[in-house]
Amino acid sequence: MNAMLAVIRRDLLMVMRRKSEVLTALFFFVIVSSLFPLGIGPEPALLRKIAPGVLWVGALLATMLGLQRMFAADHADGTLEQMAISPTPLVLLVLGKIVAHWLVSGLPLVLMAPVLGIQFDLDAGALGVLMLALLLGTPLLSFIGAIGAALTLGVRGGGVLLSLLVLPLYVPALIFGAGAVESHISGMGAGGHLSLLAAILALAVFFAPWAATAALRIALE
Amino acid sequence: MSNRLINWFKFASPHAFYPLAGKMIPVFWTLAALFGAAGLWLSFFVAPTDATQGEGYRIIFIHVPTSWMSMFIYMVMAGWAAMGLSLNARLSSMMAQALAPTGALMAFLSLWTGAFWGKPMWGTWWVWDARLTSELILFFLYLGFMSLQASIDDPRRADKAGAIVALVGVVNVPIIYFSVKWWNTLHQGASVSINKSPSMAMTMLWGMLLMALCLWMYSIAVALTRVRAIILEREAHTEWVKHLSEVKP
Repeated sequence: MNAMLAVIRRDLLMVMRRKSEVLTALFFFVIVSSLFPLGIGPEPALLRKIAPGVLWVGALLATMLGLQRMFAADHADGTLEQMAISPTPLVLLVLGKIVAHWLVSGLPLVLMAPVLGIQFDLDAGALGVLMLALLLGTPLLSFIGAIGAALTLGVRGGGVLLSLLVLPLYVPALIFGAGAVESHISGMGAGGHLSLLAAILALAVFFAPWAATAALRIALE
Repeated sequence: MSNRLINWFKFASPHAFYPLAGKMIPVFWTLAALFGAAGLWLSFFVAPTDATQGEGYRIIFIHVPTSWMSMFIYMVMAGWAAMGLSLNARLSSMMAQALAPTGALMAFLSLWTGAFWGKPMWGTWWVWDARLTSELILFFLYLGFMSLQASIDDPRRADKAGAIVALVGVVNVPIIYFSVKWWNTLHQGASVSINKSPSMAMTMLWGMLLMALCLWMYSIAVALTRVRAIILEREAHTEWVKHLSEVKP
């Protein structure tokens, strides 16, 4: 457990030393979301309708940006091999890295989303649901993405391949995440969608670290 | 004589499986041709013209079997991949690798023929129906599996990485299907549904089943042909491959 916390601390510390990586993903999210109104037109009714989908797709792509770096640097300098032979189970260390990835690339999106939501003329209630959905959904993106990141470690053309592998698996998160905001706006209540999102997250928290660990061991062979 | 007729594990080695596959391929091609001839005859000459859909409905005789096969092959592929991962058996992973292109072909054909069927029946090439969407995502999963395997140079690592993708995909396919289904009902986008089609005549069902059997046999034959090629490629350094008559210059 202590080792896991140490991994999280270390990853956060390394990100703090090079802030540009976090900020790049965050600005990517902001810019992509701001491009849609320019392309589609400024009518508030239409923007309100597309807001959940656009913000979610933006969050999906912004998370993808940082995924490849989740294990790449540690793999390059041999840290990953040291982690694999350390007495602490590798699963825990992988879990720590996933949590650190979420803190770095998921949490800022959650905090930024309401500001962007205002651009799309969402009301306070919808903004709350959007934040809640992203709070449940972005960890899911990190967990599923970790499997893809581990599988494509050190593979030619890893970046494109990673999106091909991971994006189809993101579909449920996108549907329930954007659906929660949409059904709140249409007055049906977001409870069902959020529960399903939380259920998938629970599954992913349990299974994804194992799958990612198995993939890492294959990459390290 | 041993109490077991065949020692199945014997054929887990590529060396023993290679000639066996060579013997089985013509059998499955013959079966595919027989089932195909019967199925096509039944679906084109015996099955009655549909009262509401006219002659155009006959495309379901290829559309439905390809959809079935695309899902079934994914399951079989994941099964082989799991076996390859857990038993560390090379041949199982080769089978998984050999099945993937056929599965992708089936998924693609299913989407393509579905579009051809949808245009005259629904008036549109594509609707965001739950089945169509999940079939599309299944196609993407096949592509992901194939491109991951293709981009890893070490074949054993490619096998294992592919196996993990296939297994993660198997867990996700039901989740994706239901999420798309609920998404679709909430949006109420498509006013047409495949479920509302009138109950089928017995001959139509038989036509579909025969065509499904035909495609099944075809898939086995093609997968075996491909697995033989993969064996030759990977075992090229071994003595027995060098002594094969088809390899000698």
